Amino acid sequence: MIVAGVDVGSTTSKAVVLDDRRQIVGTSLLPTGANVVRAAERAFREALTAAMRDESEAAYVIGTGYGRYKVSFGDDQVTEIGCHARGAHFLFPETHTIVDIGGQDTKAIRINDHGEVLDFCMNDKCAAGTGRFLDACANVLGMSLEEIGPASLRSEKALRITNVCTVFVESEIISQLSRGEKVEDILRGVHQAIASRTAGLVRRVGTNPAVTFTGGVSRNEGMVKALEEKLNVPVNVSPLSQWMGALGAGLIALERVEGGAVRRVAVGGAA
Amino acid sequence: MTATMTVPQDVGKTLQRDLLAKYYSALETANQRGEPVAYLFIPGNLVELMRCFGFHAVYPEINALQCGIKKVAGDNIVRAEDLGYSSDVCGYVKNDVGLMLADRLSPFGKIPKPDLLVCNYSGCNTFIKWFEALAHFYGAEFALVDLPYIREDGISKGDVAYVVAQLKELIARCEARTGIPFSEAKLREILGFSRQAEELWVQILHLAKEHPSPFDSYFEAVFYMAPINMLRGTPECVDYNRQVLAEMKTRRDEKRGPVPEEKFRIVVEGPPAWPHFRTFWELFKRWGAVAVASTYSKVGGLYDQGVRHDPNRPLESIAEYAMGSYTNWNLKKRADLLRRYVEEYEADALVIHSVKSCRSFSVGQADFREEFVNELGIPTLMIESDLADPRYFQEAQLRNRIDAFFESLTQRRLTGPTA
Repeated sequence: MIVAGVDVGSTTSKAVVLDDRRQIVGTSLLPTGANVVRAAERAFREALTAAMRDESEAAYVIGTGYGRYKVSFGDDQVTEIGCHARGAHFLFPETHTIVDIGGQDTKAIRINDHGEVLDFCMNDKCAAGTGRFLDACANVLGMSLEEIGPASLRSEKALRITNVCTVFVESEIISQLSRGEKVEDILRGVHQAIASRTAGLVRRVGTNPAVTFTGGVSRNEGMVKALEEKLNVPVNVSPLSQWMGALGAGLIALERVEGGAVRRVAVGGAA
Repeated sequence: MTATMTVPQDVGKTLQRDLLAKYYSALETANQRGEPVAYLFIPGNLVELMRCFGFHAVYPEINALQCGIKKVAGDNIVRAEDLGYSSDVCGYVKNDVGLMLADRLSPFGKIPKPDLLVCNYSGCNTFIKWFEALAHFYGAEFALVDLPYIREDGISKGDVAYVVAQLKELIARCEARTGIPFSEAKLREILGFSRQAEELWVQILHLAKEHPSPFDSYFEAVFYMAPINMLRGTPECVDYNRQVLAEMKTRRDEKRGPVPEEKFRIVVEGPPAWPHFRTFWELFKRWGAVAVASTYSKVGGLYDQGVRHDPNRPLESIAEYAMGSYTNWNLKKRADLLRRYVEEYEADALVIHSVKSCRSFSVGQADFREEFVNELGIPTLMIESDLADPRYFQEAQLRNRIDAFFESLTQRRLTGPTA
């Protein structure tokens, strides 16, 4: 028996397949693109392929992320807030605070000893301080997302980036470049700007240790360091952090099966 | 869509619609007939006084929310922005300016021009500027009633005297404008109707303490409150409230509520997202969430907190009513009221809907959230959109927050409260 969590985010879709011993047996990651339903199906199928399991073995599937209602083959939907909480608690049981920075959202989540959500705060309707902000900065500097984090760590003097607008930050970066400022220093400033916006959210729910950093942006080492400096605490990061929502969804799916729930729908129609 | 457990003969909604249609129809020809028109604000409105001089009362806030519901606020707002109003200006103001630019033709009739603009609530600075602008556009007379802000020690005798003196000045201006002498006897009669309607309204509101609550104290009460906000001081308003009370008692006796099954009881702070009203309600209804108390249904008067118009103390009671507006209370008193609502109405949580274009009402809401979550341990959800501007409503993001909130309440109910 297996279960799956499918996390359809604004930028990428992820799936995690778990077996009945809570072992991760398959994962997938692909761009969400324009066809959200297809992205969800592909993510699920690719994770099944990676796990070398068949869909018929899936006992329960939970959809999460912005596209959770587009996971047409999902037995239930749970928000990514609840799923990140469950995933982070599973990987780092001492977690009480989660910082999740994704493509369009930044969230601070406070959880209890059982991984249940007590409180959460999110960025307002603006991409400032999210993955998109880093995207815009990388673009204007002609770098990839993978390069900007390590580059920021080489900085010896962080520049202050005053703009929090994802659109206007581009012109600020260009003017810094034209003043002859170093790319590393600009990037350090960019990371610090996001960290300080994020820290504002975290403070609203309280910085209760341990802090676990999830979402696509947590793969960026520059962001991890900037966040640790701003929060003044070490931050847990897992290589699976991008799959945290899908993992949490899978864990909730497993609990549902243990509670007697059964699968109702399959990809493309009724089970 | 989640069913609203109402029946077709619901008087609360049908009679309200009829009363408002009649009201707007009378407004349409007011200018032509040479009848005086006063524009008023809802918080602390002085409609009883205006009635003494035969003024038609126009409420630009109500027009704005009606435009929101009828999906024309967006066009009005863009028209005002074309004139130069910033995207940050209050959506209600821009709707009103846009409506003026559209020759005051609304989906519910033609709104008359004002003769007198009575800024009866000064706590919102935007209100003052709003009517000053209208006075300029229309060449109409502007009157301001300055209300002392209410802090913990409440309303003093000096405050009352200060407002009463201003009311007397306003009375003199109304007499001069209309040629009608002020009659205290008439005011007392009008106030008598107000008081009766208020007593009935409080009985209606208190019924939400029942389990299940017979009505939604936010998504439905905002309709039921229209007569007491707009038609106060008339026998029609008293009759309407009497009928709504009877209807709510029937719903209570039949254990009928606004959703098929009441799962969560919430207290709501802040106005609704009018341009997306049904969608907004649905986001809560699908969780079986019912508002058992709300502050927005009290912006026209905190009658459930003892505020009453009194025929025996006409001007004094009007002054106390106006100063006792919810928005005129300081933050500590507002937070305390929200806490009492949660306790008295046995609510599970507080939901704050913050308004992007209204900093006046929204100020302090982040502090409420902090206090409720961290000090009182009351689960609190804060969401944001707008009361008039449809562009600020992001359904996916609102749904995400609302779903996550009720998911966590569901889970905590299953496992019991844990720190």
